[in-house]
Order: sequence, then C-alpha cells, then structure tokens
Amino acid sequence: MERALPMAAGAAAVFGLVLPLFAGEAGTVSTWSETGVLVFALAVLVMAGENLLGVVAQGKGVSGASWFQGPSGDMIIAVIAHFGAWVLLSALGGHSGEAAGGFWALFIAAWLTGWLFVQRLANRKFASKAVQRLAGIAIPLLFGVWVLIAWQALVTGFGVPKVLLPAPSEIWVRLIHGFPTPLWPDFRQTFLKAVLIGYGLGCGSGFLVALLVVRVDFLRRGLLPVGNLVSALPIVGVAPIMVMWFGFDWQSKAAVVIIMTFFPMLVNTVAGLAASDHMQRDLMRTYAASHWQTLVKLRLPQALPFIFNALKINSTLALIGAIVAEFFGTPTVGMGFRISTEVGRMNVDMVWAEIAVAALAGSLFYGLMTLLERVFTFWHPSFRT
Amino acid sequence: MTRLFSGRTGPVFVVVLAIIAIWYAAAVYLNAPFQRDTYARAKQADVPVTQLVTDTLNQDRPVLPAPHQVAEEIWQTTVMKSVTSKRSLVYHAGVTLSSTLLGFVIGTVLGVLLAVGIVHSRVLDKSLMPWVISSQTIPILAIAPMIIVVLNAIGISGLLPKAFISTYLSFFPVTVGMVKGLRSPEILHLDLMRTYNASKTQVFWKLRFPYAVPYLFTSMKVAVAASLVGAIVGELPTGAVAGLGARLLSGSYYGQTVQIWSALIAASVMAAVLVALVGIANGIVLKRMGMAR
Repeated sequence: MERALPMAAGAAAVFGLVLPLFAGEAGTVSTWSETGVLVFALAVLVMAGENLLGVVAQGKGVSGASWFQGPSGDMIIAVIAHFGAWVLLSALGGHSGEAAGGFWALFIAAWLTGWLFVQRLANRKFASKAVQRLAGIAIPLLFGVWVLIAWQALVTGFGVPKVLLPAPSEIWVRLIHGFPTPLWPDFRQTFLKAVLIGYGLGCGSGFLVALLVVRVDFLRRGLLPVGNLVSALPIVGVAPIMVMWFGFDWQSKAAVVIIMTFFPMLVNTVAGLAASDHMQRDLMRTYAASHWQTLVKLRLPQALPFIFNALKINSTLALIGAIVAEFFGTPTVGMGFRISTEVGRMNVDMVWAEIAVAALAGSLFYGLMTLLERVFTFWHPSFRT
Repeated sequence: MTRLFSGRTGPVFVVVLAIIAIWYAAAVYLNAPFQRDTYARAKQADVPVTQLVTDTLNQDRPVLPAPHQVAEEIWQTTVMKSVTSKRSLVYHAGVTLSSTLLGFVIGTVLGVLLAVGIVHSRVLDKSLMPWVISSQTIPILAIAPMIIVVLNAIGISGLLPKAFISTYLSFFPVTVGMVKGLRSPEILHLDLMRTYNASKTQVFWKLRFPYAVPYLFTSMKVAVAASLVGAIVGELPTGAVAGLGARLLSGSYYGQTVQIWSALIAASVMAAVLVALVGIANGIVLKRMGMAR
C-alpha cells in the first residue's frame, strides 16, 4: 500500500500537468501558469520517482530502504499534501465552478498524498509514549481536516449553489459574523437553560428512582422491563404535548429532556447496582455493613461505569430533545427555532453555523463526560493499559 | 399466586396497572380547571364530584386525554376506517414504517461495511472510529428539516430523505456493535485459523462473522428503534402530509391532544413490535447456527 499510493499520486499529477486546470468563460487556465500548483505537481512527481527507484532497487535485491522511508520522509509528505491542498483551494477561489480535469487530477494527487501520510503515521511505532499518543490524536484530526478540504473543493469546484450546500469557508464566515448575536442568545436559550437543567433533573431523578428500585426487589422486577421498553420508544414524540403543557419557553424543552434522559439513567443505574457479585456482597455482610454502607462503598463504585455510560448517552439525547422540541413552538430565540426559520428563508449557511455550534457543544459535553469517567473510574479494566 | 409474583409477569402487570391509575388521576387533576371553568360559564353550581370526574375524563380537547379516550380514538382510526383513508392511523403508520425499514436496512448494511473496514484496516480504525463516535454527538435530528428541504429542492422527495435520517441514526449502533463482535473471537481461535493457513476472507466468514452475529442482532434492536425515531422526526418538516410524525404535528397545530396521544401510542406499539421482531429473528438465526443458549 505504501508503495502503491505514491505511484497513483504521481500518475494523477501527470494528468494534472497535461490537462487544463480551470475551464471557464474567460478561457482555460493551464497548470503551468499557476506557480504554486506547478510546484506541488512537480513535488508529487519527485516523490513518485523516489518511490519508483526504491521499487526498482528492491526488484534487484538491494534493500530499497532510504531516509525517505523514515520519519523525515513523513514530514516531507505531510508538507507536500497540505501545501497542495492549500494552493489548489486558494487558486480555486477566483474560479468557482470552473474546475476542469487538471484540477481534479491534482486534487486526487493531494488527497492520495494525504492518505499516504496517514497510512505511514498509523503504521509507525514511536519510541516515546507521548509522541505515540500525539499521533493517535493527529490521525482522526487529519481525517476531519481532509473531509473539510474535500467538501470545500467539491462545492466550489462544481459551483454547487449556496442554497443546497454552502462551503466550509462560507459557514466559517457566518459563524464569525453571527457570533455575539444571534448565536450566543440561541445557545444560552437552548443549551444553558433547556439542556443543562433538563439533563441535571432527568439524570438526577433517574438515579434517585434507581436507588429506590434497588431497595425494593418487586419494583426492580416490575419496572425494569417497562423501563427497557420505554428506552426504545420514540420519546421525542412527547415534545408537542410538553409544549402544550408548559408553554413556549425553555421549561417545556427541559421537560422533554427530563423524560428523554430519565429512562436510560434508570435502566443503566439499576443494571450497574446489580453488577457487584455475591461474594463481594457477602463480604460486606460479614463486616456487618448496613444497606447504605454497602451501597456507598461497594455498589455505587461498581455502578459508576454504567452510570457514566448513561450520562454519555444522555448528553446527546438531551441536545436532540431540546432542539426538536423547539420545532413545536418557541419564543423567537433558540437553536431549533433558528434552524427551522433560516431553512424557510433559504439561509442555509446560517443553519450550518448553528449546526456547527450544536455539534461543538454536543462533542464538548460528551468529551467532558468521558473525561469525568476517566477520572472517577480510573480503576476500570478498559482504562488500564 | 406467589409463583406469578416471583417471576416477572406479576410485577410488570402491577407496574402497568399503576401507570394507568396514575394516568387517570393525572387526567382528572389536569383537566379539572377547564371543567370548573365550563361549569362556571354555564352557571352550574354545586356539581357533584362524580359528575366532575366523569366530565373531566370525557372532554373533547383535554389537556391530558384519559386512556379510554385514546383507546377509543385508536379503535376509531384503525379498525373503523379503511386502510387507504387519510384519516386511518394504519395508513400513516404504514408511511412511517416504510421509511423506517428502508433507513434501517441501509443503515445496517452501511454499519456492517464500516465495521468490516475498521476491523481490517489500521488506518480506518484510527481515523474513522473517532468520527463514527462523534458523529452521534451532532444532533442530526436538528438538521433533519434542512436535509429534507434541501433534498426536495434538488428533486429528491418521498421516502429517501426520511430514510436518510433513519440511516444516520441506525448505522452507529450497528458499527460499534459489529466492531466489537468481529473482534470478539479469542486469540486462540485466530491462531488456530493461522495454523490452518486460512486466508483473511476465510477467517472472516468462518470465524469472525459467526462470532459477530449475536452482537449484530443486539445492535439491530437499538438501530431499529433509533430509525423509527428518525423517520418520525423526518416527517415533521414535510408540512404534515402523511406519517405518524405528521399526525403529531397536525395534532399540535389544532390542539387535538387525543390525536397526538394516539399517534404516540401507535409509534410506541410499532417500536415494540419492531424490536420484538428483531428479537425473534435473533432467536431463529442463532438456533439455526447452533448458538442458541
């Protein structure tokens, strides 16, 4: 694979040099007249040539290994790939919708080079643990970056209308301009009020009911199957009812969030509290521990992984619940409100900016829960490596 | 009697009864203010409590409809109407069911393919897996209206946009479950396959896939429920044309609480049936494979 990728990239670069870069009404633009793009294409050819020499050397029985196969080669490949993406996208800026064969060939070359870099990074073993971890974070990040690059190139290259799908750069501009208003009030209304309050109350009450349920075995046997069933139901559907009961403001959204988060928490906590085995509970009995002592010192710590699982599931459910509930009626502020009205006005870049905020908030919320999980359940086998 | 209550059936029965009792009590409590208002307007004083209770349970547009009202509405809109009528709940459920199933099938196939890729390629494992997980922190349901409006604008309408949302929600549990399942064979077994000089394809079909089947069914249960949610939410922005989501929306526009509740109950029954069907398929397949426990 590491031998085939540079070859493919080199072949694509040859096409890029031959075919025109852009073809618009003002005539065609050749790759040779764009200095940056030309440099990139030649660099890819050099990389492919070096690789070809290596393959030939291997065929003759000589070791094909060179310094280029080492970490310094990785760096060069990374620079080539990202330099290529940058020059291609900046050249595209003035030729929206005019991309021709050469552009796409060179874009594929850049993409293959980027892939080669990720491939080599994934297979490399680093001596230092810190660098290894850094590489582990860099690989998914690079993947995300290249998705954005491809998105930008495809949307501008084909001249996709903004109404259908805006380019990431346009969304970014909207995000920066929309920053204090309206994005921040929307965020406060939906996330800080509805989501956080609903999440706290829903998870808290689910937890407390679970403590009660564990105490009474009859309830456990009766409530758990019902809870399992309810967890599978489309609970978002109660949103219109809650809006009718609690009015248009954030209270109704918080109510939806409470209902959505309650059952996963209940089911998971009950399962977690049952996770300690008989030997351990018998040991607590021989210590003459009371129910509460057993609960606090044995069963709750055992239940923590399950509780955090529920907290993580709920963090995404809560955001979804609050936003969807806003489709059924809100004051004129809120993320769901903004999304549904801006879709109607065909301001799709604003919608995407709002989605970006929601995605970021959701990911951070989830990340925070994962972090807390690591802190509190450091003893769990899945975190001991 | 004691045998009944030592199992599950008894307690579940009691809990369900309790829920219905609480529902009735809440219906009386929540509908009473409006009823008192009506009495005051009609200048009826000294209404007996029994009269008040029966009236609160039989309002036209109650704040919380009583269970028997919802049951009556469901009976009226399923059995009493012809299936093709737009007022029939069966018709709306059918619309939702079709996009649910389409999305579920696409999502499952996509999820399995992603999992196979992730298990077999280090690069995919490292670069794709974190995004599969964080894809679910994006509130896709929030984008649902936009996806539908946008896809409508480029001429794709009908089932596919709704199914797309279901797909997005349902591929995730399948991917995660299958990755876990495909990796669950013990090292000893994998080594045995190596001593047989088995190819990657052979290891996949003869060892990894059979091991992953129970995981596949468990995640399909989650996926089918999620894909129903996706289909319902996907119907909200289409302007309340057809489907259970449309019933919810039109019910909330016109204050038809009974209609909302009947749509909700129908959706719940559908979810339960779908999950149960996957469970039954699970049982049959595992039995045929000789893995039933």
